[in-house]
Amino acid sequence: MTDVNVIINEKIEKFGKERQALMPILQGIVADKNYITEDELLKVAEALDLSAADVYGTATFYTFLDVVPRGKYVIRVCKTISCHMAGKDEIIEALEKTLKVKLGETTPDKKFTLLQANCMGWCHKGPVMLINDEVYPELTSEKAIAIVEEYIAK
Amino acid sequence: MAKYEVNLKVNNIPVTVEEGSTILDAAKKLNFRIPTLCQHPDLCVAGNCRVCVVEQKGARALPAACATPVSEGMEIFTNSQKVRTARKHIIELLLSEHNTECTSCYKNGKCELQSLANEYRVNENDFIKLVNKKTYTIDDYSPSIIKDDSKCIRCQRCVRTCTSMQFVSALTVAHKGDHQKISTFFDKPMNAVVCTNCGQCVNRCPTGALVEKNYIDQVWDAINNPNVHVVVQTAPAVRVGLGEDLGLEPGHRVTGKMVAALRRIGFDSVLDTDFTADLTIMEEGTELLVRLKKALVDKDESVALPMTTSCSPGWVKFIEHKFPSLLPNVSTCKSPQQMFGALVKTFYAQKKGLKAENMVSVSIMPCTAKKYEADRPEMRDSGFKDVDYVLTTRELAMMVRQAGINFEDLADEKYDSIMGESTGAAVIFGATGGVMEAALRTAYEIVTGREVPFTNLDIVPVRGFEGIKEAKVLIKDVLPEWGFLEGAELSVAIAHGLANTNKLMAAVQRGEVNYHFIEIMACPGGCLGGGGQPIPTSPEIRAKRMEAIYDEDTHMAIRKSHENPEVTAIYEEFLGKPNGHKSHELLHTHYTKRKGY
Repeated sequence: MTDVNVIINEKIEKFGKERQALMPILQGIVADKNYITEDELLKVAEALDLSAADVYGTATFYTFLDVVPRGKYVIRVCKTISCHMAGKDEIIEALEKTLKVKLGETTPDKKFTLLQANCMGWCHKGPVMLINDEVYPELTSEKAIAIVEEYIAK
Repeated sequence: MAKYEVNLKVNNIPVTVEEGSTILDAAKKLNFRIPTLCQHPDLCVAGNCRVCVVEQKGARALPAACATPVSEGMEIFTNSQKVRTARKHIIELLLSEHNTECTSCYKNGKCELQSLANEYRVNENDFIKLVNKKTYTIDDYSPSIIKDDSKCIRCQRCVRTCTSMQFVSALTVAHKGDHQKISTFFDKPMNAVVCTNCGQCVNRCPTGALVEKNYIDQVWDAINNPNVHVVVQTAPAVRVGLGEDLGLEPGHRVTGKMVAALRRIGFDSVLDTDFTADLTIMEEGTELLVRLKKALVDKDESVALPMTTSCSPGWVKFIEHKFPSLLPNVSTCKSPQQMFGALVKTFYAQKKGLKAENMVSVSIMPCTAKKYEADRPEMRDSGFKDVDYVLTTRELAMMVRQAGINFEDLADEKYDSIMGESTGAAVIFGATGGVMEAALRTAYEIVTGREVPFTNLDIVPVRGFEGIKEAKVLIKDVLPEWGFLEGAELSVAIAHGLANTNKLMAAVQRGEVNYHFIEIMACPGGCLGGGGQPIPTSPEIRAKRMEAIYDEDTHMAIRKSHENPEVTAIYEEFLGKPNGHKSHELLHTHYTKRKGY
């Protein structure tokens, strides 16, 4: 995990100290460890001279900028209509059983978080899930479990 | 650059307005009322509630009147069948996400959404009610403000107020879509964040989502308890606002009627915060002169200048959060409310043969932050809670109605003595620049032995609604003991509204400006535009209240704080001298550094 100040300074150097640096900084923190803590949001606000509430508002607007603790691997199953019709509910059920968590929860070892997401543009190959930045299309329950088991073994 | 004129028709009537005006402006010019919710005269355009939609000839969609600029040849219909149907649906959709338990709502009868629902005869059942499907929190941790998300329609007036007008940014829009909500940082309670309790959001919330925490029942209980002596004090700005909530036009001075109403409600002593406003001038004026002497004569570099006022509790909390390094610059004087509280349970109790433990001290304030101020742990110098309950102007109006008093027909009455005597200098505390003017009237005279060199004592440069005002007063021919001030030019500044305040204090912090004395009021226009004043508020309404305040000043027999006979008497009998030992015990306070969010 990189120190948040390093990420902030690096992005400020690249994008300046104005508001336009906010998104790159937040994305940088999430890229590093999948979520942003309260303390980190305060540091970002201070660095860019923005109000803490404003930074919080921006972060919560974006689904992929989480402000609650997430696991090392965030699994996002597409919930939009094509994937729904292709059977995303069974995929979620299979993953819930394998990981022993409910939708929205994180495993006690902080390795996995199971979430739903809106359309990822893979409607022709649904159901689809995302594990961090990796897309897994044309899932079946067995396929999804096999993929996750590979991550468990990592 | 000259503005072009634009010709258009509203409901078939031609009208000409300036380029850049909105459809709403054009309709207003022809006296057509278009309903609005998110729009507010003090705030920037949002265009999110859609209640103001109108029909534009040739256009497919219905534009929002508040957010659409006029164009040449435009033909607008504000009340066509299409518009009425759309508006009704919009109101119904807003209601489907709004907790409509109107009978138990504090804003019942004063809610803009409720009155629109009434006007459009909406039937709530057309859309699925979403309120029951969500979990809402009611944040009532703050002693000043209650935030009830179930009543919020996300018009964002509060967010625009908190960020643009007040530069506090305690509130923000968090999440999106059906999860969108008005939130603080990490959805913490209002009392755990940077909120200054100024209540400007409460003044602008169209529903009951943001209201003051009311203490009406507690005050009735005290009044109905025969063993308790209930003392009430009324702030300067209440007397120019109260009438609005009781059916009178803005700008009515109702001092005498208010005193009469308070007696009829059942308060045992009806006293005036103006008395301690005058006392504040004595204490704060002396403090300023002492600081100036230390800086100029003793060359004491630890003296913090410019000195700022400390009457506005919204301002005090603002500086505690935002400029903690400048806290030594804030006058140590308590606000008039708290000076009054400390004296009423000591000096007043003594004089009237009352026991402080059997007294309840109530204050009527144009302010929600005063509720927080009264709750501060520092404010117990009498040995008890100095001010037990703080009511806003609106809460008092509610009590007047509850008591069945016909306010308009009341004959004027006078405040009780002692601690009921007031001067014009105290009255103008209610307007931005007023504390400065009162302080100058007294300080100049103490130092030179002459009245301030302004016609009729009216120090015009410090008056008015300009965001940041500056003035300079040359001090010459001083009395011998103030020789060090001979030829000095006293430089002062005044800011009202916290966005202006932030600008001014940032300049002070950077050392770009050199003032001796700064007056700050957290609310636009000063206390007359306070968060506890009647709703609605607008620049025009505040201007009327200000006229009334200066009118009241002009009509006072005594217009200088140091000439208030009760003030002279309390120094002789009880306090000794300004900034003396007893004063420091009861009338001065200290401040706390707070987190920046």
